[in-house]
Amino acid sequence: MQNDPRRTESALRIVWIYPDLLSTYGDQGNVLVLEQRALRRGIPVETVHVRSADPVPETGDIYLIGGGEDRPQILGAERLRRDGGLHRAVARGATVLAVCAGYQILGTTFGGEEGQPVPGIELLDIASGRGKARAVGELAAEVAPELGGLPTLTGFENHMGVTWLGSAVRPLSRTIVGTGNGDGTEGCYSGRVVGTYLHGPALARNPALADLLLSWATGPLAPLDDTWYDRLRQERLAAVLPAQ
Amino acid sequence: MIYTARGDEADPRLGSDVMSQLPFRAQVASALGRTAATLSRMTGRGDGSVIGGRVGLVLEPDLLRKLAQDRKLVLVSATNGKTTTTRLITSALLELGEVATNAFGANMPAGHVSALSQAKRAPYGVLEVDEKYLPDVLDTTGASVLCLMNLSRDQMDRAAEIWLLAQKWRRAVAGKPVHVVANCDDPLVTWAASTAGQVIWVAAGQRWKEDSWCCPECGGPLDRKDSDWACRECTFRRPQPHWVLDHDMAIDPRGQRWRLDIQLPGQANRANAVMALAVVEIFGVPVQRALPKLAEVRSVAGRYTTVERDGRHARLLLAKNPAGWLEAFDVTDPALPIILAVNAQGPDGRDTSWLWDVDYRILRGRPVFVTGERKLDLALRLDTAGVPFQLAGDFTEALAAQPPGRVDVIANYTAFQHIRTEFGRAE
Ligand SMILES: [Zn+2]
Repeated sequence: MQNDPRRTESALRIVWIYPDLLSTYGDQGNVLVLEQRALRRGIPVETVHVRSADPVPETGDIYLIGGGEDRPQILGAERLRRDGGLHRAVARGATVLAVCAGYQILGTTFGGEEGQPVPGIELLDIASGRGKARAVGELAAEVAPELGGLPTLTGFENHMGVTWLGSAVRPLSRTIVGTGNGDGTEGCYSGRVVGTYLHGPALARNPALADLLLSWATGPLAPLDDTWYDRLRQERLAAVLPAQ
Repeated sequence: MIYTARGDEADPRLGSDVMSQLPFRAQVASALGRTAATLSRMTGRGDGSVIGGRVGLVLEPDLLRKLAQDRKLVLVSATNGKTTTTRLITSALLELGEVATNAFGANMPAGHVSALSQAKRAPYGVLEVDEKYLPDVLDTTGASVLCLMNLSRDQMDRAAEIWLLAQKWRRAVAGKPVHVVANCDDPLVTWAASTAGQVIWVAAGQRWKEDSWCCPECGGPLDRKDSDWACRECTFRRPQPHWVLDHDMAIDPRGQRWRLDIQLPGQANRANAVMALAVVEIFGVPVQRALPKLAEVRSVAGRYTTVERDGRHARLLLAKNPAGWLEAFDVTDPALPIILAVNAQGPDGRDTSWLWDVDYRILRGRPVFVTGERKLDLALRLDTAGVPFQLAGDFTEALAAQPPGRVDVIANYTAFQHIRTEFGRAE
């Protein structure tokens, strides 16, 4: 664990939860994008990688949880529940981005190796199970307007999950192309806790979503030169959406 | 001579030895398979190895079992290095006699059928096996030796998940009369191999560790000290190795040290070489006889080959996943410019997220050129890592942008094949 007790109070504290269990599909990319977008605006950053044998600090600003295979997902959920650090952080108003297996963990239940229900950690009012077919491919979706007019969401999904949204969460987006939650929506949010099935990584494909999470932690942000982000977004969206 | 799945020597006669012992249907299926392979090559569709095998399998599902009978077979599997290691083992086993092998990476059962039916008299076989197919191919062929090297994250939209794979391997080798040669520096491989009756442990190293911080037995944390590792919560730990790779030296089970003077570059290939030495010793090829044969191998299916155009000499490195890129960086020359080419077609994996698992900062200070169908993914990745780069429309353009002299190239699967095709698939 790279937990530095001498951290400066002013630094943005990013906590990557369980990279030893829940890190596949380039999940590190979401950490790197947040770091870079803060640093380019002159905001100092401290990133803490919390291994699964270590306690989750509750004083972070933004928490990231990634994807994983069935067994690591079950182990990760058990440890997060036992640890309680993430729950305390959310109660303090921390921001969370959870992706794929990590997204499912935040709900009340998800499907295990044989499809058996496994208890989640109940930070989001969702329940997930196993779908019939694997959803693999590019996804495009319109972001919920309440989140402030974010541009079209783009990413790559690769999962067997189906997720039902309860009344205490709102869909993150409505799909144009792709499967997402399985009901025409993709991901969800509640307060500052956001879940999504999207890889790509999600924040590399969607810098506006990265900035939304950053702004929840730091307040309003100056614009950046997003040339490379924009070129990649245009290419990916053009590959799946009909010509405008 | 080496008989390969490519079938350059395709012989329409249904001949002696292994073939003549096959039932008539299997013989016809095998001969038809070879004809299809020849057609595939003549029509320029590729090495011919897979198409030949597919025809054969449709006609005779038991063909692989029959072709494998009465031969001494080695199966080689891993996430990375299986094509090269297959080649190294083959090279050394040729000391004993003819060897059937799928030298061109056609590593599923169709490719195995094709390889074995091309080499009807070969008493030995060395087959590269796709990780997912290993349990089936082991069952079908009854191979006597398994060589298991490493497991790490690969293209997730097509490859199986690695904990699950390790579990399937573990079940497949349990109680089988097979000799397993396994890399004990890789905890997942160790876990998979440890149910086998006879295991030769090789400390072949593990550069990429991001997929093995947790115990595959209980999920607890693995504590590591140098190359040793042990679970903090259960009894699973690194076994005592029989063979050790110590930088450029191989230490054999008797403690004798051998300098690995091989032409293939990098630590990953020295790891492949020590695995090959351990395998061929089981067949009775001693290190002193095997080493000179390993040293003869210069390039494998185009990997490490240098292609030339207008005074630009480009060395081609294949890297398909994060662990592979780490190994490729180890081989590249920091003084040279470097061209990176990334595609995302089916065989590459269509999800490029894995680029974010590779640490590109090692390239800072080198002229970096980015190309391939997914160059924009790589561009953003490098920009985020603070690595300056130039975009090139394609490989030819990237090469032309170099000053005359040497340049390194790292490409993923279809990008690599594209470059090879453009340069005439030269070995
Ligand atoms: Zn353990």
